[in-house]
Amino acid sequence: MTRLLKVFLLLAVICVLAIDAAAQTPAAGTTAGSNSPGDSQGTHIARLEQAVVDARSSGDNAWMLVCSALVLMMTGPGLALFYGGLVRKKNVLATMMQSFAMMAIITILWALVAYSLAFGSGNSFIGGLQNAFLRGVGAQPDTDYAATIPLQTFMIYQLMFAIITPALITGAFAERMKFSAMSVFMILWALVVYAPIAHMVWGKGGFLNAALGGRFPTLDFAGGTVVHVTSGVSALVCALYLGPRIGYPRQPMPPHSVVLSFIGACLLWVGWFGFNAGSALSAGSLATSAFVATHFGAAAATLGWSAAEWWRNGKPSALGAISGAVAGLVAITPAAGFVSPMSAIVIGLLAGVFCYFMVAKVKMLAGYDDSLDAFGVHGAGGTLGAILTGIFASSAVNPIFKDAQGNTLASGLLEGNAHQLLNQFVGVAIAWGLAAVGTLAILKVVDMTIGLRVSEDHEIQGLDFSQHGEEGYNWDSPA
Amino acid sequence: MTKVEAIIQVSKLDAVKDALTEIGVEGMTVFEARGHGRQKGHTEFYRGREYTVDLIPKVKLEIVLADAMVEKVVQAIITSSRTGKIGDGKIFLSRIDDAIRIRNEERGDGAL
Repeated sequence: MTRLLKVFLLLAVICVLAIDAAAQTPAAGTTAGSNSPGDSQGTHIARLEQAVVDARSSGDNAWMLVCSALVLMMTGPGLALFYGGLVRKKNVLATMMQSFAMMAIITILWALVAYSLAFGSGNSFIGGLQNAFLRGVGAQPDTDYAATIPLQTFMIYQLMFAIITPALITGAFAERMKFSAMSVFMILWALVVYAPIAHMVWGKGGFLNAALGGRFPTLDFAGGTVVHVTSGVSALVCALYLGPRIGYPRQPMPPHSVVLSFIGACLLWVGWFGFNAGSALSAGSLATSAFVATHFGAAAATLGWSAAEWWRNGKPSALGAISGAVAGLVAITPAAGFVSPMSAIVIGLLAGVFCYFMVAKVKMLAGYDDSLDAFGVHGAGGTLGAILTGIFASSAVNPIFKDAQGNTLASGLLEGNAHQLLNQFVGVAIAWGLAAVGTLAILKVVDMTIGLRVSEDHEIQGLDFSQHGEEGYNWDSPA
Repeated sequence: MTKVEAIIQVSKLDAVKDALTEIGVEGMTVFEARGHGRQKGHTEFYRGREYTVDLIPKVKLEIVLADAMVEKVVQAIITSSRTGKIGDGKIFLSRIDDAIRIRNEERGDGAL
């Protein structure tokens, strides 16, 4: 008993000493500072201000690093599972691999040149090469982009967007494109389509940049045009160019595991908080506002899609519910950070119903084989969201437009800024045009050099075996 | 010796198994099967697209019996698996020449 008491006392003494030492460290620093010659209250305040800036930067940076990881999680495993479950089981690995390959290929390309083309200072349409090989991308913030986080954090965060955008396109040509052709296509696509549109909307001097005084300021908080319109429209062009899968639409090709897709969609929903709330590029109230709008948009769209499906088919399916959630997340992407929670609900509801009809009706009527509905969800939802942003954007949520005296100006149509709706149409039209023309040109080049589609035999055999020499499920093999 | 092959609804497997155990059937082989008879298939919807699933999951039981047991077993399967609706399945009977127990090479009814 006495031994126990001794040990306890010893521990208590150590604790007191440790706390004392910790408390004295800053005090000691201050004493030393005030003793040094030339020091005054002014420098003391300056030092305190620096401490506040450092603390803010540290908080913002922590949040942005977490968001970067969340956005990467959207591609792998989120999108990989979402798409993987929707294909037939002979193509599950090949489909997941297309997303995973983006995580490797686009990353290296980003470091070499793509980051510089997107975010380097350049002209109105594309960045320069001064940041190639990540030269000048270090711990120092770039105040034009994000004043409180290292430029390197901004760079890695933007990379995650550049990864998921081409990965979204893979849904359109799933189950029939060569892996080699896909890889080359995506490298060219990142350079020819993604880098320019990202520069125009978000880059310094960009033609459509709303925050940095572009010619046609388009509101796109987290990538409605940059990510979803471009990927969705490119997906449509791919589906049209490649033609349908063998047997489509006569032969049934139902998803082999809605369960995988379900897990993927839930990961996408969570990851999307990093995508949208992170686009505030800081951890303040704007991030909260975007987070809230994102969540409400997704929930409302789930209800919208499910209601439409229930009405048309008599049952609300699980695949319908998760597709609706993704459609809502897509549509709220440009609007999050500009709209109130109630507007987010309206945007979500509209997106859920609209994308359902795009996927279930319009695709059937038009006859193209957009295998996993990359256009129906991302192209259609992104376009709708970009336009609705011009209607619902609120200067109370985000005072982005100011006059010369610094007074806040109206944001969206509902506040009386009808011109913004026009700007949104300009932004969407440019994204549509660039994506369609760029994608078509790249497809032609790749088709003429290495060929786009797998052979008929390989397509019937499945891409898992023909492209990668393995199978997703070996459950039938004995033992 | 007679082989009884019964194709039944998946949901009726447990009831049939219990009924057979009750009348003293000691062994059976169960297969997961897919097929259709006059019932045809059913339709599923994925993103608004209708798919007809014409081969639907069934269970197939195989039991080889001494002839004296056959009628009793057939009746037990019928009463335990019938719902009265289309798709209840079928029972096939066929003659078996011989049976051999691998462990001790015992033959005939004794090997069952």
